This record gives sequence, C-alpha cells and structure tokens, in this order.
Amino acid sequence: MSEWRLYEVFVRSKHGLNHKHVGSVHAADNEMAMENARELYTRRNEGVSIWVVPSETITASASDEKEILFDPSEDKVYRHASFYKLPDEVGHM
Amino acid sequence: MYAQMVETGTKRLKTLEEMSPEERDFQEKVDAETKIEAKNWMPDGYRKTLIRQISQHAHSEIVGMLPEGNWVTRAPTLKRKLQLMAKIQDEAGHGLYLYSAMETLGADRDEEIQKLHDGKAKYSSIFNYPTLNWADMGAVGWLVDGAAIVNQVVLQRTSYGPYSRAMVRICKEESFHQRQGYQILLDMMREGTQEQKDMVQDAINRLWWPALMMFGPHDDESPNSQQSMVWKIKRKSNDELRQMFIDQTIPQLEFLGCTVPDPDLKWNEERGHYDFGDINWKEFYDVLKGNGPCNRERIATRKKAIDDGAWVREAAVAYAAKQKQRADKAA
Repeated sequence: MSEWRLYEVFVRSKHGLNHKHVGSVHAADNEMAMENARELYTRRNEGVSIWVVPSETITASASDEKEILFDPSEDKVYRHASFYKLPDEVGHM
Repeated sequence: MYAQMVETGTKRLKTLEEMSPEERDFQEKVDAETKIEAKNWMPDGYRKTLIRQISQHAHSEIVGMLPEGNWVTRAPTLKRKLQLMAKIQDEAGHGLYLYSAMETLGADRDEEIQKLHDGKAKYSSIFNYPTLNWADMGAVGWLVDGAAIVNQVVLQRTSYGPYSRAMVRICKEESFHQRQGYQILLDMMREGTQEQKDMVQDAINRLWWPALMMFGPHDDESPNSQQSMVWKIKRKSNDELRQMFIDQTIPQLEFLGCTVPDPDLKWNEERGHYDFGDINWKEFYDVLKGNGPCNRERIATRKKAIDDGAWVREAAVAYAAKQKQRADKAA
C-alpha cells in the first residue's frame, strides 16, 4: 500500500464552520481517497463536507522557523484591541 | 493495555545535565506538557519507542477484529449482528487512525505490518484467546474494551500530538463498544434461560484473568515503563491502571449477579481498593511468545486477508493509472 498516495483529510463538522484536519488516508486516486476518508472519519455524523488533499502538495512551515515567522507579531502589541485603554465611562467598545 | 512491554532501548534514565542541548530542550517541552509534533526534533529512542508502541496498538486493533468476526454470522438477532459489525468496523478504523499516527514518525505501514506477519511485532495478548460462545461477545466488549478504555483515556494525554489526537477520537467510540457488550450480558442475565446465564459466567471465567494481563507486567518487572513515563508516552503505570480497571469493574460485575474466578478478590477498606489474587505470569509470557491458544490462527488469518486482497490493490492502482492516462490525453 506504500505505493498509494497519502492524502490529508479535512472535515467540516457543521455548516458555517471551517474544515479541520482530522488525519490521513492512503488511496490509489482522488475518488478512492474521498471514499476512504468518508468510511474512516465520518462514521457518526462527524461532518457535512470533506476535503482530501495529497499530502505532498501541502507546504508547511518548519518547526525551527517558528521564531522567524511568528516572533515579529509579539512586539506589535498595538495590533490588539486590549492595547487601547479607554475610560470606563465610554462603556463597552 | 493494547501495547504491552514496549522496548525503549534505555538501560538507565539520563539526568538533565547529561543530555545534549537538543535533548534537554525536548525534555523540558515534555515536562511542560507541550505536545511534540511530527516535525519537531525528538530523541531517536523516543521516536523508535513510539513507533513500536503505536504499531503494536494498531496491530491489536486489527487482530482484535478476528475474535469478534467469528460471531458475525452466528449473532442471535439481526440487531445484534448490525451492532457487532459496527463495532468491528470501528476497530478497523482505530487501527487505521493509529497507523496514520505512526506514519507521521517516518515509519512505513507495509513494513510494520510485515513485522507483525513475521512474528517480530507484538499485539495484545488478549486476542489470542478464542471466543467460544455468544456471551463472549458481551464479555469482550465489557471487559476487553473496558480495559482498553482505562488505558486509552490516560493515553489521550500522551506527549506525542498525533498519537494523542488519535486516542481522543478512539475513546469517543470505545464507550459504545463497552456499553453494547455489557448490555448483551445484562439481557442474558435478566431474560435468559439458566443455560444462557451459565454462558455469561463461563465467558467471564475465561476472560477475567486475560483481561487483567492486558495491562502488562507488574511495575517492578517492567523496566521500560520508567523511560516511557519520563517521556510521557505512558502516563500511568501498569499496576495503577490495572487497579483502576478492577475497582470500576467489580460493581458492574455484582450488578450482573456474576462472580470472577478469584477467591482472593475482596474490598480493602484501608486501601480503598479491591485486593486481588496473583496473575499467572507464565501464561502471559507464553501467550506473548506466540504460544497462546490462537496465536498461529490469528496471524495466518491476517496474512491470508492481505494475500487475498492483493489483486484488489493491484486493480485499484491499474485503474488509477488508466484514468490518469485518459485525463492526460484529453488535456
């Protein structure tokens, strides 16, 4: 089965929600990947929509890139609403 | 426990000072309960131990379908047959979630399955016992899945992210297994004939000790546990888990109106736990070595399933290649 492609499976659990990664399946083609994903990950109403994506087509950030990619956002506290202190009298904003 | 005696390759635990900077970073992350993900650096021993444990766990789910498969065509009613098939399909699913988690560590599924077929990889000792009467389907669901739940609920907090997430999914489904098993027994005890009630007791008599063996050897006989606990692959020791299982199961047993084949079993007020008799460890090691009642049959059945399905897998690849060729030509 190793010669079969590996697919990552994403399931939308309810209308209005995002697809979420749930795991992977092996399959000979896209159609079979969809069928396998359905059998494996949605046996109990877990979803209303499935995406299957060949794993090799996903570009992921490497774990050692964490600082390069995400550090700059930490010193930009002014991007958060909580940075702006307003007097209580203004009420909820 | 679905994984018993997982080799870690460590003789002695390293102190933080003895570790390389990478190892120390890793251990500090584990200590802080940060989940380790596939692309993170991890010690070689951690990776290998996880591959062994997850593959053993997956093999157990897959081989675990066989004792139940024995009763699909013999289930007493259509309702019971459908329930049993749903449960067996879940076990297949659990095996596949786990193989997927194992693959994130760089292990190859086919290779690991080959190891099982060559007798180099283990699976839980429990599945080497035969299922001789219909009540065994109840007792397997209640006791075997019950023991698995005790272990797996704790494993939801295991340090490796993909393994932990597979466990969360599996635990959700296991409680259906245990409840359907217990209900089979309850029905037989409440509405059954004397012969059917005797069947229930007989099933419990045969499966009780093997179910307790699922948790593996005593802590002092389990040299690999220490390392697995430090890595937080394991979260509770074999003896702790076994005691938890006994404590929660005995009241359910009494409700059924049955007994376990252990004259030493009694509530210990002082400890707040049940005391229980000695486990026959010789039997445990014999079964693990491949000499249980059904070891050869189980592996032979798995091999046959893979061999008989070869043409389907080949056809699927050929079909996919042909479809691709056609699509390429049309483009």
